[in-house]
Amino acid sequence: MNTNYIKKDKLLTVEITEEIDHHIVEKIRRKVDDEITRYMPRKAIFDFSRVSFMDSAGIGMIIGRYKMMKLIGGEMEIININPNVKRILEMSGISKIITMKEKRAS
Amino acid sequence: MYDNEMKLEFLSKSSNEAFARITVAAFVSVLDPTIEELADIKTAVSEAVTNCIIHGYEDAEGIVKIKARIIKNTVEIEISDTGKGIENVELARKPLYTTKANLERSGMGFTIMESFMDEVDIDSVLGLGTKITMRKKIKKHLVDIEKEEIASLGGVC
Repeated sequence: MNTNYIKKDKLLTVEITEEIDHHIVEKIRRKVDDEITRYMPRKAIFDFSRVSFMDSAGIGMIIGRYKMMKLIGGEMEIININPNVKRILEMSGISKIITMKEKRAS
Repeated sequence: MYDNEMKLEFLSKSSNEAFARITVAAFVSVLDPTIEELADIKTAVSEAVTNCIIHGYEDAEGIVKIKARIIKNTVEIEISDTGKGIENVELARKPLYTTKANLERSGMGFTIMESFMDEVDIDSVLGLGTKITMRKKIKKHLVDIEKEEIASLGGVC
């Protein structure tokens, strides 16, 4: 479906496999929250390698999950960000509070 | 006269957000935009259409209209709804301002439209609806400019 989860050593990797807009956010938000509250990871890693597009709905979604991770005393990271998605993240100021790693050269 | 024009009407369903931005991107592609320019347009369209759906119609059923035109190398996109309208346009334009914080909306919609497009006009009447008009000039590639220069030399070689 829209997300895949990998759990290992209290690290939760959330791979999002679609373009992130309001429509998808409404679908995945609860699912991600569910995974977090059940697994209680020390770090949530959002893998954006398959995210080719993101609009402001993604910003809201990330801030929401960041707050949740803070609440349970965990960290959050976003990896494999493509340049267009990165511009949105930088505009929102998220890049200042969440660790971001760009797309690996493949 | 416009060099090209298209009109699109669809129900205010969130699943149509992707349809709208992909369709506009396909329409604009004749101008040979860069990947970045195309991403700018897709994002701005996505923001405007999302606004029609969650603010204009507040998730009730309505019609979202898109009119896109190409005038030389500028694209003009009109996105409108006949929903509730914006009470305070000045405030709505402000970064981080949102009336839907409970839905985890970031309040960055208009800020993104304004920074990704050259011009953004907001025309809104309470109770009647909102129309957003955005324009963006697609820069000519260096290769095209060189081709034109060669052509203008009139077959010297």
